[in-house]
Amino acid sequence: MSSTLAQKLWDLHVVRFEGDDDLLYIDMHLLHEVNTPQAFDGLRAAGRTVRRPDLTVGTEDHNTPTIAINRAIQDPLAVEQSALMRENCAQFGIPLHRLGDPGQGIVHVIGPELGLTRPGMTIACCDSHTTTHGAFGSLALGIGTSQVEHVLATQTLALRRPGNMAVTVNGELPAGVTAKDLVLALIARIGPAGGQGCIIEYRGSAVRSLSMEGRMTLCNMSVEAGARAGLIAPDRTTFDYLRQRPGMPQGRDWDTEVAFWKSLHTDPDAVFDKEIVLDAGELSPYVSWGTHPGQSIPLAGTVPAPEDFENEQERAAAERALEYMDLTPGTRMRDIPVDTVFIGSCTNGRIEDLRQVAQVLQGRKVDRGVDVIIVPGSAQVRRQAVAEGLDQVFAEAGADFRAAAGCSMCAALNEDRLRSGQRAASTTNRNYEGRQGKGARTHILSPMVAAATAVVGRLACPADLEGQG
Amino acid sequence: MERFTVHHGTAVPLRRSNTDTDQIIPVRFCTRSTRHGHADALFADWRDDPSFALNQPEFEGASVLVAGIDFGTGSSREYAVWALQDYGFRVVVSSRFGEIFRGNAALNGLLTVAVPDDVVESLWETIEADPSAEITVDLERLEVHWLDRTQSFPLDAQVRQRLLNGLDPIAATLGHTEEIAAYESRRRAAMPLTL
Ligand code: SF4
Repeated sequence: MSSTLAQKLWDLHVVRFEGDDDLLYIDMHLLHEVNTPQAFDGLRAAGRTVRRPDLTVGTEDHNTPTIAINRAIQDPLAVEQSALMRENCAQFGIPLHRLGDPGQGIVHVIGPELGLTRPGMTIACCDSHTTTHGAFGSLALGIGTSQVEHVLATQTLALRRPGNMAVTVNGELPAGVTAKDLVLALIARIGPAGGQGCIIEYRGSAVRSLSMEGRMTLCNMSVEAGARAGLIAPDRTTFDYLRQRPGMPQGRDWDTEVAFWKSLHTDPDAVFDKEIVLDAGELSPYVSWGTHPGQSIPLAGTVPAPEDFENEQERAAAERALEYMDLTPGTRMRDIPVDTVFIGSCTNGRIEDLRQVAQVLQGRKVDRGVDVIIVPGSAQVRRQAVAEGLDQVFAEAGADFRAAAGCSMCAALNEDRLRSGQRAASTTNRNYEGRQGKGARTHILSPMVAAATAVVGRLACPADLEGQG
Repeated sequence: MERFTVHHGTAVPLRRSNTDTDQIIPVRFCTRSTRHGHADALFADWRDDPSFALNQPEFEGASVLVAGIDFGTGSSREYAVWALQDYGFRVVVSSRFGEIFRGNAALNGLLTVAVPDDVVESLWETIEADPSAEITVDLERLEVHWLDRTQSFPLDAQVRQRLLNGLDPIAATLGHTEEIAAYESRRRAAMPLTL
């Protein structure tokens, strides 16, 4: 029978069928310091242990400071939470990438970077953006704390088989349009629940021509469309990326792996429950105007009015979002000034993102009224950026390239956060109320749009800078 | 986990859609390392607004939250479930839920009831007209009762069984350790290790 890639990955991992649920084996369990202490407490209280510490790895990313590697965490509760992470990992023999370690960084950035994320795997993590890892053709699921405890104890999860959804993107992305714009356009079209109950497989020529970084950005935001996971079939781009990672099999073993990875694709006559087709050529830079990622429009557009929405609930949501965002319908998106530009996160904090930012900032200065903060997604991304001289470009432009990697202002859990009423252009994934600080306003957008916005001081894309500076 | 069979209680109307888990519990409370003690953090930012439903004395003591579409989207933080429970909620009714939130709720004994939009509207009208109106949620029969109305709701059979019996899913899985070990012995050898 023909199957989708998602079905093949699922079938490869079924330990046992349990009525409506399947017990799935988890090949890699990623942990960070938030959402996990309670799982270890539960484990200890029940007298259980970690089944496979050798398939488990932790990192410190949410609470960690970014200003300096050796800076202490400020929030006393976060100090305790990070200490618990260290104690728990030590007690159960789980390797942990602490702040300052060369392999430290945002959990979804380091997994691929360390060669731990590979095609054909199941991956679970206490974080909704685990969908990122699907870019490699692995089934990657965000889970809650109780499920973390379940994976720690059993290396499995009992799950209902999700539906299959295809998002096919034909054609070619125009210059200056990236995976971020593509995914914002997709969510704007299908809504924040458009992928609910499904694993989204991204297909088509525009997806095939994305780099691994771009594919990760796309899969990362699958959860913002409500999907359980995002998925892209592995191909030459995937293999080339993996070949450079540490710990990869060599020689004939490598060939065996590649042969297996090549078998991981949807059969030609497999049937999807839902399919969405987009034309990449019609896309342009996208920015959010509201308080969820589905409330996004082209940068060339104007702030919508509640009456523009047919559905009663969307109208009410738009009204509230406009009030929170302090925006007037009809305002050109390009006329919206920002206080802060934040570049980073598991969506857009990788080396390719920083290269794109540097390209825009090269030989330009950021607007005097704007704080520009660039936080590398991992320690490795930072080293690479320095090796390429991107740090110089950022410094000359007047941007603050942080010393340490982490989630930073994406979650605003460390000391990097906006003040109430401030407005930011962010390369992050969520523009929820208060996401970047209580009362703060967020516009999500691509790294290139963020960089151009930093120069102009208002929402802008690189094309707007032509002839300038 | 506390068992769930039939619940009677009063309700709070939350006339908002897209209540993501960042609103249910803002991230600054997620540096706490306990499962309990999060009642104060529930909807902490929205509670600054005196007109917010939870600030109305007539809804005090309510145990059913009736919310607009797409409740619990976003972050996987289980704190959202814990905060709702610590505050005293046993049931959340909405026309659609974020999937990770819904799974987390089921594992903690918080019942999520999905009903059509017009039923949510009718519940809102009922409670706004009479905050003391009693809502009954019957997990055995998969029905919600209010005034003289009854609405059935769908629920995953396994989730229902678990809530009715208060089972520990980890203990159940540990009962299949042999099958897990058998799977491990046939896994692809080249899969990465962290140690
Ligand atoms: S960067 Fe943001 S979205 Fe990604 S894991 Fe960190 S807090 Fe979550």
